[in-house]
Amino acid sequence: MLKVSSLAPAGLVCALALAVMTSVTSAQTEKPGAAPPSAVVAIGGDITEILYAIGAEKRIVAVDATSQFPPEALQEKKNVGYMRALSTEGVLSVNGDLIIASDRAGPPDVVKALKSAPVKYIEIADDFSPGSIANKVQQVARAVGLDAAGESLAARIGRDFDKLAELRKQIKRPLRVLFLLNVANGRATVGGAQSSADAILKLAGAENAAATVTGYKPVSDEALVEIRPDAVVGMRRSGSGHETDQIASIKGLSTSPAVKNNRILQMDGLYLLGFGPRSPAAALDLMRWLYPELPFAQTGHRQ
Amino acid sequence: MRQGRERVGYQLIVVSVLVLIAAVLASLSLGATGITLSALGRVLHAYVFGSTDAERVTEQLVLLDIRLPRTLLGVFVGAALAVSGAMMQGLFRNPLADPGIVGVSSGAALAAVATIALGNSLAAPWTKAFGVYALPFAAFLGGFLTTTLLVLIAGRRGQLMVGTLLLAGIAIGAMSGALTGLIAYASDDRELRDLTLWSLGSLSGASWPKVMAILPFMAIIFLALPRVTRALNGFLLGEAEAFHLGIDVERMKWLIIFATAASVGAAVAVAGIVGFVGIVVPHFIRLIAGPDHRFVLPCSALLGAALLLLADVIARLAVRPAELPLGIVMAAIGAPVFLHLVLRRGVGGLE
Repeated sequence: MLKVSSLAPAGLVCALALAVMTSVTSAQTEKPGAAPPSAVVAIGGDITEILYAIGAEKRIVAVDATSQFPPEALQEKKNVGYMRALSTEGVLSVNGDLIIASDRAGPPDVVKALKSAPVKYIEIADDFSPGSIANKVQQVARAVGLDAAGESLAARIGRDFDKLAELRKQIKRPLRVLFLLNVANGRATVGGAQSSADAILKLAGAENAAATVTGYKPVSDEALVEIRPDAVVGMRRSGSGHETDQIASIKGLSTSPAVKNNRILQMDGLYLLGFGPRSPAAALDLMRWLYPELPFAQTGHRQ
Repeated sequence: MRQGRERVGYQLIVVSVLVLIAAVLASLSLGATGITLSALGRVLHAYVFGSTDAERVTEQLVLLDIRLPRTLLGVFVGAALAVSGAMMQGLFRNPLADPGIVGVSSGAALAAVATIALGNSLAAPWTKAFGVYALPFAAFLGGFLTTTLLVLIAGRRGQLMVGTLLLAGIAIGAMSGALTGLIAYASDDRELRDLTLWSLGSLSGASWPKVMAILPFMAIIFLALPRVTRALNGFLLGEAEAFHLGIDVERMKWLIIFATAASVGAAVAVAGIVGFVGIVVPHFIRLIAGPDHRFVLPCSALLGAALLLLADVIARLAVRPAELPLGIVMAAIGAPVFLHLVLRRGVGGLE
């Protein structure tokens, strides 16, 4: 790979360093483009999911490691690595003409360098609210020139969330639900206030039983006794089918209504916490399980 | 015998220079995009005469704004870590001494972890003031403050007591470790992931401002090296013997400690925690050329830089377009080689 004929300018390179420093920022950032982008780099699982949902999957050239839905994304597209550990040259090497990235992408230096590269870079912000999902969909769709598809998907998501809100009004007694991120060595990590789990529990009409802690935190058995959830939602991982038993065997939960009434549900983590287009459906599934007595329409928007 | 050793030493310097040149060229030529140095001519032409051709702009970006600063940072980080290791081992007369021992690494790590995890809350004014440079500055300051504290503890009777320094370093290291753990416990999922990745080290995100920020520290090392060489050779015989050789022992100890703090603090700041270089490279050189610091120090700098660049090239090519953390690659290539050397020739030089 090392070309001998090209070795001579080594000293020149060093001499150039000074000259370059003054010019690095002048690289162009904007590209006038009437044609829609044909090689999109999607950084963020929710962004990849939106691109697939609006039928733009053919235009994706690379995704990041968090893009686990739909599964074919990581199988068919190049993988630029974990979204918070990107490499400038790696991202540029896939020859994309548009980078759509979550505002959580990183590290900051790399994001800064990518923004100054001659590839268009669009940053999509996110907080775990219904409004921001519809917003994300519209922004992403506009970026790839599929405005109409984006509008209709955003409208559908909006309607679904409205339906959820209506259903929530009919809940007589909200259940206190505990979200378990994982159970390692018998120690439970719960989803506290301000976590994505907290947001989805609220959307499903539940009360977060672990709202006294913030974020995802390991909690002792004794503290779990205090929490006494009515129901427990765990995260399902591929290849392990016995986690429900594991949850039921946690000492701190054994006296809770959840374990006594066997109210333990395992849900796919990305589906439940991805905050992409499937989010209303995930919240609805959860709600359906929590409150079977509610008057649900016959079909949700399962995908 | 002495003559032979000296000849081997000079030969090793020449070989080290050649190895480093090869490593620099490899680092500039290899990367995920497949752009090689052969594009340099075009890039320079475009740079001088101006070009808006997208391909030229990309080539210029990759060669001059991504790989060149990254290579320079790699050279600095590798040289700084290896030289600091060599100086520490000479100062403590202990083949296992490493910059981590004087608290530089742990202090720098604590400050960096605090910046990552508290960036949106307690440390918000700090991150706002320094932007993307908040982390490197914090890491450097953390390392420097810890070292200063240690030196004050160990030097309170007018002379730097190496034994006290070592023990206090271990205590303060444990304390920083506990605080780092506390912050990790309090941080959320994403921050934890950032912390893990940072602690594995990486040169990605190299930029010209970072290179400029590192230059003063580079200068410190280069100015300090010739001054401490004779002292370190004296220390090989023992502190009292060094004193009788006419070496200003106290001043030299301070100089070595501060040069180490400055260079390791800066290295941790730009690359995170990259272990191993500081122990492996000086040992390798002592095995070949003996313990004379006239050869150990410059060869450490040259080969440390070359080893780090080599590891970085592998890191960026192994899983492209993604990237492996540098620390993993470093340990994977360094540890077996080192083990082999130790098994074959025994712990050389300082035993």
